[in-house]
Amino acid sequence: MHPLVAADAAGLQRLLHAREASATEITRAHLDRIAETDQHVSAFIRTLDQSALDHAGDIDRRLSDGDDVGALAGLPLALKDILCMKGVETTCGSRMLQHYRPPYDATVVRRLREADAIVVGKANMDEFAMGSSCENSAFFPTRNPWDLQRVPGGSSGGSVAAVAANDVPLGIGTDTGGSVRQPAALCGVVGVKPTYGLVSRFGLIAFASSLDQVGPIARGVRDAALLLEVIAGHDPRDATSIPTEVPDLHTTLEAGVEGLRVGVVREFMGEGMSDGVRSVVTAAIDRLGALGAEVVDVSLPHAGYGVSAYYLIAPSECSSNLSRYDGVRYGLRVDGETTERMMASTREAGFGPEVKRRIMIGTYALSAGYYDAYYAQAQRVRTLIIRDYEAAYADCDVLVSPTSPTTAFKLGERAADPLAMYLSDVYTIPSNLAGAPALSLPVGLDDGGLPVGLQLMAPVLGEPVLFRAARALERELAIDSTPRGRGSLAEVAA
Amino acid sequence: MSAAPGASPPPPTAARDSGVEQASRFEAVIGLEVHVELNTATKMFCGCAIDFGGAPNVRTCPVCLGQPGSLPMINAKAVESAIRLGLALGCDIAPSSQFHRKNYFYPDMPKNYQISQYDVPICLGGELQVATAEGFRHVGITRVHMEEDTGKSLHVGTSGRIHGAEYSLVDYNRAGIPLLEVVSEPDLRSAEQARAYLAELRAIVLALGISDAKLEEGSMRCDANVSLRPVGHSVFGTRVEVKNMNSLRSLGRAIDYEVARQTDRLSSGQPVVQETRHWNEDSGTTSTLRAKEEVFDYRYFSDPDLVPVEPDSDWVQRLRAELVELPAARRNRYTAEHGLSPGTAALLQTSGLADRFDEAVAAGAVPADAAKWLTNEVAAWCNEHLIDSAGVPLSGAHLAELTRFVSDGTLSTKLAREVLEAVLAGEGSPGEVVAARGLAQISDTQALGAIVDTAIAQNPDAAQRVRDGNAKAIGALVGAVMRATKGQANPGLVNQLLQARLHQAGER
Amino acid sequence: MSLSTDDVRHVARLARLALSDQEVESLRGELSEILAYADKVSEVAAADVPPTSHAYPLRNVYRDDTPQPSLAADEATAAAPQAEDGRFRVPRIVEEP
Repeated sequence: MHPLVAADAAGLQRLLHAREASATEITRAHLDRIAETDQHVSAFIRTLDQSALDHAGDIDRRLSDGDDVGALAGLPLALKDILCMKGVETTCGSRMLQHYRPPYDATVVRRLREADAIVVGKANMDEFAMGSSCENSAFFPTRNPWDLQRVPGGSSGGSVAAVAANDVPLGIGTDTGGSVRQPAALCGVVGVKPTYGLVSRFGLIAFASSLDQVGPIARGVRDAALLLEVIAGHDPRDATSIPTEVPDLHTTLEAGVEGLRVGVVREFMGEGMSDGVRSVVTAAIDRLGALGAEVVDVSLPHAGYGVSAYYLIAPSECSSNLSRYDGVRYGLRVDGETTERMMASTREAGFGPEVKRRIMIGTYALSAGYYDAYYAQAQRVRTLIIRDYEAAYADCDVLVSPTSPTTAFKLGERAADPLAMYLSDVYTIPSNLAGAPALSLPVGLDDGGLPVGLQLMAPVLGEPVLFRAARALERELAIDSTPRGRGSLAEVAA
Repeated sequence: MSAAPGASPPPPTAARDSGVEQASRFEAVIGLEVHVELNTATKMFCGCAIDFGGAPNVRTCPVCLGQPGSLPMINAKAVESAIRLGLALGCDIAPSSQFHRKNYFYPDMPKNYQISQYDVPICLGGELQVATAEGFRHVGITRVHMEEDTGKSLHVGTSGRIHGAEYSLVDYNRAGIPLLEVVSEPDLRSAEQARAYLAELRAIVLALGISDAKLEEGSMRCDANVSLRPVGHSVFGTRVEVKNMNSLRSLGRAIDYEVARQTDRLSSGQPVVQETRHWNEDSGTTSTLRAKEEVFDYRYFSDPDLVPVEPDSDWVQRLRAELVELPAARRNRYTAEHGLSPGTAALLQTSGLADRFDEAVAAGAVPADAAKWLTNEVAAWCNEHLIDSAGVPLSGAHLAELTRFVSDGTLSTKLAREVLEAVLAGEGSPGEVVAARGLAQISDTQALGAIVDTAIAQNPDAAQRVRDGNAKAIGALVGAVMRATKGQANPGLVNQLLQARLHQAGER
Repeated sequence: MSLSTDDVRHVARLARLALSDQEVESLRGELSEILAYADKVSEVAAADVPPTSHAYPLRNVYRDDTPQPSLAADEATAAAPQAEDGRFRVPRIVEEP
């Protein structure tokens, strides 16, 4: 592949500021790469070639005038199609919003633009962020660059696959129950779910409001840190946004793990994961120990209830968040004789099966007579999980577990069994419930040559130690993140 | 059965025939839910300015249109208004309150949920003192909570009403405007009490300055819950919600009608159906809202986009200390300190001229005098000139001066009215007007005496009639003296002098 | 937890989803299974454990009562599936004509 496309973000920025490559050249190289790969991977719903080149040209002009450019200048980026971009179709992977153009920019989008990131395309996703495979997109499934017959994971499958395929060095996804981390693990890249409230949700099309977070995706920890520092920080338009400064992730990034206490979550190391995942993850944890970390065993006693609590809380919130899609003000409309019939027909046609399933679960869980047994009870479990984490962090600095119980599964393999699909998120969900940050780091390949991810977790606002631990292990393992092997993208697009 | 528009139809048959006997078997139990539209500069959850009139959908944004990805942000001023109203109603301010989502589908609801409050409202438990014919009544306030208003639908069809409409058109300018909902305990027992409650609540809202509270315009809205139960029973009967009453008068008529309707049903052995009924001003009846009988399942849950409201005690104390004098307290002060009758006190307070009264009394006016002038002549002048009483061009000091001129004899009441008109027209202070127009009442006995003599001489027949015992005939002589003095003679003194002259024959 | 067809239809009505008969039947099975699994939450967390609705404990987040620019009228209705005279048009609201 073209060297500009093989480089990481730090590398590209060096070239840009040394005037060895222009923003326009960098952008063109990546657009060419997308043209080559996307027929196989289908990571993008839409590419924004013209506006990307316009932005790149503007950056080049400013550079040659000696003017300032932003912290992400010249870096092509894939934006999950769930973040509002003014005037540009933002579909959320759904027929309901297939032609919808928001009248405003999400705060994250504004910050990316101000940092001069070059948004080259809107990435595919499971519809309304509901799914763990990207098969629930209303348009087409995205494929895993490591094996094009397998899923990339979801719901941020498109942005993750784009990064893994070297279409872009940076991606933005969202994580509600694991939707950045799980695809990152399945595609062998770094994916982060920040502390809840660290990144603004204004302009993020809501799935489950108390769980959704925007997260960075990159092929390396340093690049992910760079991206997170740009998008993080308080937003007065989001009442759940933490009034905190942008975290400093770079100062301690290379400090290593000597003396750091690493807790291995007992409940996440038991049954339910594949042998391949177990052996690769265990080996990675051992390496942390070899680097000087103090590796201990910890318990999150209620973690096993996370999936059940999540599949009450998330659908409940989503059933309400998705009520606005009714054919009146925007989006799809299927006519009816009465408003009620129009709304019901519109929603029936506009939403796919998984979305309908979750709306139904949520509506039921909140309905009269069931609220206390389901929704309120799930929130009590949430309290217990939060307490479990607090207790664990009294003795540890970071926690580790596998990110996903399996490596990438085949397209269609889990589509018929929703519950089996939901269980893909068993290790990732508890961090969403606790609002605490977590990161997936590629730590090796299983016997089938498919990527395995290690999940690292830290306390609320513990991003600095989270990134530091991940970076240390990344340096140590020196994983080659280029997809390769039988059935991979490398066979059809080098 | 046709009734003249505006007239109430005769009450249902059973009640009419059995009359008093039926009516007294049942006791009406009424609770009111009042929505107050706040006069904040912006909406409850977004920065759209609130202004009325203008084109549809020009005061909207992604938030109040419910666009994907939008998030609400609480208007601090609305919270402040809620706390102030709660304090004025004697409520407890919740140490922690939360917004909830009330989920239901309707085209005027941009998100198909309304952000409201459910089990932890900002204010709980208060009361209102309401003046009724039988004396004061304490009406409990259950709660006050904050919520957002919906958009407005225009129904297109032959009647412009929702029934029979072909389609509807929605304007979201109103969507998101802050509302305070005040829920009363079911402590009201008659239409009169309900009207008094609503009037008092309105007076408080106006005194606080948080809304213009116009029922006719919808900045204050009232729904009534009406049920009946046999006198002496404590269990509540089935209640009916009545909506669409746009004035105090409508409220009273609607409740009277509904009580009679329910009495009629119960008296003839039929149950009252729990439902929502719509008051029709023209026919003077309530009717079932024809929308399908649906038990709404609002699926309330705490809004994850909004964090709890926990006003700190310093803030609440400060608002409590700054609370304006409320209507009841003011009325009590007028009766207790200034000796006004309760009726006058109430009139003064509702006239909007109470501030002038306080100023006048502070400037030395006798309270009763100041009250009399304000509630009669000044109020009438405001009505006639369509001037809001708050803007009346009369200071309390000037009013005090005027009342002093009357009590010390400088001006007759008639002349004082003339002076008042002049002062209101901007001619200056009462003293300046009197001097400029030479209106000082003539009270000089000697000067008047001469004029009186002349009048008697010029009207011998009238004079004789008075001497003969016809007291009324003195009027002609008084009139003559007033004409001769251009109305400036002190009438009391004129009478006195005439009587003395006429009944002391032979004396000059 | 086993749902009946009526349960499913009732919930679909609340959620304004015009499900086909087939969907009602398949959802009946799926929802029953998922809710049975989710019911695990009843195994732990006694009623004295307070529910968490917000992961991060923020309080008193407000906005000043200062006007911000609104959308222009044509922007507001730009995405409307049907608009008339600057308003959003919907079919008749009540069931009977």
